[in-house]
Amino acid sequence: MQANMVSAINNALELLMKENDKVVVFGEDVGKDGGVFRVTDGLQAKFGPDRVFDTPLAESVIMGSAIGMAMSGLRPIPEMQFAGFMFLAFSQLVNHAARFRSRTRSNLKVPLVVRTPVSGGVRTLEHHSESPEAFYSHAGGLIVVEPSNPYDAKGLMIKASHLDDPVVFLEPTKLYRLFKQEIPDEMYEVPIGKAAMASEGEDLTIITYGTMVQVVKDVVSKRNLSADVVDLRTINPIDEETIINSAKKTGRVVIVHEAPLSFGAGAEIAARIAEKAIFELDAPVIRVGSDSLPYPFPGYENYYIPNELKISKAIDRVLE
Amino acid sequence: MLKKVFEGSVDYLQILDENGNIDAALLPSYLDDAKVVEMYKLMSFARALDAKVLSLQRQGRVATYAPLVGQEATQIGSALAMRKDDLFVPNFRQHGVFLARGMPIDVMVLGWKGFEEGNIIPKEVGGFPMIIPVSTQMPHGAGIAFAQKYLKKDVAVLAYVGDGGTSEGDFYEALNFAGVFKVPLVAIIENNQWAISVPRNRQSAAQTLAQKGIAAGIKVLQVDGNDVIAVYKAVKDAIDNSKDGPMLIECVTYRMSMHTTADDPTRYRSDDEVEVWKKRDPIMRVRTYLNAKNLWNDSLESQMQNEQKKAIDDAVEKAEKFVPDPKSIFEHVYSFMPQTLKEEMDYAVESNFFMEKK
Ligand SMILES: Cc1ncc(C[n+]2csc(CCOP(=O)(O)OP(=O)(O)O)c2C)c(N)n1
Ligand SMILES: [Mg+2]
Repeated sequence: MQANMVSAINNALELLMKENDKVVVFGEDVGKDGGVFRVTDGLQAKFGPDRVFDTPLAESVIMGSAIGMAMSGLRPIPEMQFAGFMFLAFSQLVNHAARFRSRTRSNLKVPLVVRTPVSGGVRTLEHHSESPEAFYSHAGGLIVVEPSNPYDAKGLMIKASHLDDPVVFLEPTKLYRLFKQEIPDEMYEVPIGKAAMASEGEDLTIITYGTMVQVVKDVVSKRNLSADVVDLRTINPIDEETIINSAKKTGRVVIVHEAPLSFGAGAEIAARIAEKAIFELDAPVIRVGSDSLPYPFPGYENYYIPNELKISKAIDRVLE
Repeated sequence: MLKKVFEGSVDYLQILDENGNIDAALLPSYLDDAKVVEMYKLMSFARALDAKVLSLQRQGRVATYAPLVGQEATQIGSALAMRKDDLFVPNFRQHGVFLARGMPIDVMVLGWKGFEEGNIIPKEVGGFPMIIPVSTQMPHGAGIAFAQKYLKKDVAVLAYVGDGGTSEGDFYEALNFAGVFKVPLVAIIENNQWAISVPRNRQSAAQTLAQKGIAAGIKVLQVDGNDVIAVYKAVKDAIDNSKDGPMLIECVTYRMSMHTTADDPTRYRSDDEVEVWKKRDPIMRVRTYLNAKNLWNDSLESQMQNEQKKAIDDAVEKAEKFVPDPKSIFEHVYSFMPQTLKEEMDYAVESNFFMEKK
């Protein structure tokens, strides 16, 4: 089927619900409205309001009740309407979803996938454009994935729901309808914890994910660079092997993410490269991120999100 | 032993019904004709501004916008009940409150165009910036009210929240806090029956939203939120008594239009329902009342419309001349400029800013 990211995730949810009647989908406006981005469109009509339902407007209880359901044999897939509002569920996620397994020595498990739209570039209101992957990755105990294309989105969603772990599933709004891809009609899994090579080359490595994959690919092709472009797909646990191998191969690394630069995923990646490959580098590792400040209002966002020039200048620096 | 230890009830207040008839026994003595005319004008002004911003949004000249149409009585009635120094904490739909409190329209337009500069609110307006994470403004309201009491100021704080917002923990926590410390908070639920696509009866099994205040030990009232006079009286009385503690007022109104410009209400609600509420329009009933008392006529109406249109058009024109300064996103993060942030700013000037200008 031809699918954009919205229809790919919608299809994954439908297949998961068909496969297992313990899968339930809920959140704000996911029922009749089909979600504000239509990711759950049609699911309530297909599976009924007992399995696809709108909750009262309260993120903490959406998350907390999902944890309770998950510990009781269900496989909930709650939606947080926007990543900025998921912070209202932060305590439940970090204090509980992340810890029930370790606090019971795996006697209890929390198999759930919490989905939320992330990142910006779509000219919308405050709190609708956050890139929160570092917060959740830092907690430990939460798996954090972020697809950059419809194929990965479907396969990662299916894999995430099959796992016995809490998964934070980040969906870049900018990519929801940006392009379509041919994807299989049936179930398939994309591995979690494994990066993809978006392109391969010799001269440098660019490590990225989410909204920035497409921007990086555009820079690489416009400049005709021979580059490894690593699309992480999973932020936590990170695919260190792919990162280190590529860093050793090219000796020059740029890391690009939309989240703010300071204390972001890029810092984690750069540190791992420093620890395991520093003597094989020909240049310092350079990070590119949004600026280290709160996501600005839409009138200013284009000054803030890394653009091609900002990425290109970083590439110049490692190629010097 | 089994005995009743608590009993509660909620009153409902309506003074001007949907046909423009006044319940004379309830009409407050402090309300004169001029005030009712002012209410009418401001409600009309809010609706005209709303329509204008909606059309700007459709032309791509402002970003996402949350219309207020249908909710004018709740907003104007409560705003006019405020005393000069009283304060208010909005969510994201209180454009009418801002307008009534004298917020410059061009500044509001800047906000809708997507600039933080739209949040620079003149002190005399008494408003705090619009807050988008639902209900998270309510604890601020409790704290602002706490500070007024602490500082021995005779200032009441209005905090607005939607029907959906009353489901959030922050809502209950704020009321509970306000009740314990008896702070001068007037919490106003703008119950417009919908939280995007989720109807009021899916938010709570409680019969009224007002009764949520009873559990916090504070006074409560439900009001016809499309009756500007009832809203005005309810909020004014609450403000006058706010030194004795907080109050929760549920204004029963209706969201006549889409949730925001990103929403399509035909997916989840029927036109029939909207038609029912059209008959309860908050502005029409005041017009009927004023006409009957010979306080209003067609020529006053067209004069008012012309004045309001000009004020709105001038404001939009002024806002559209605004030139954003991208450095401002760096300059207002801290009270000082960290060296690392300055470096990021210098780098942005040569990269991100450059592309934008091209
Ligand atoms: C914490 C939080 N969750 C979700 C949203 C997305 N959202 C914006 S408005 C809204 C509905 C609000 O309904 P209500 O409180 O009744 O206010 P209304 O929009 O009707 O004025 C939702 C779910 C949000 N802004 N904040
Ligand atoms: Mg509402």
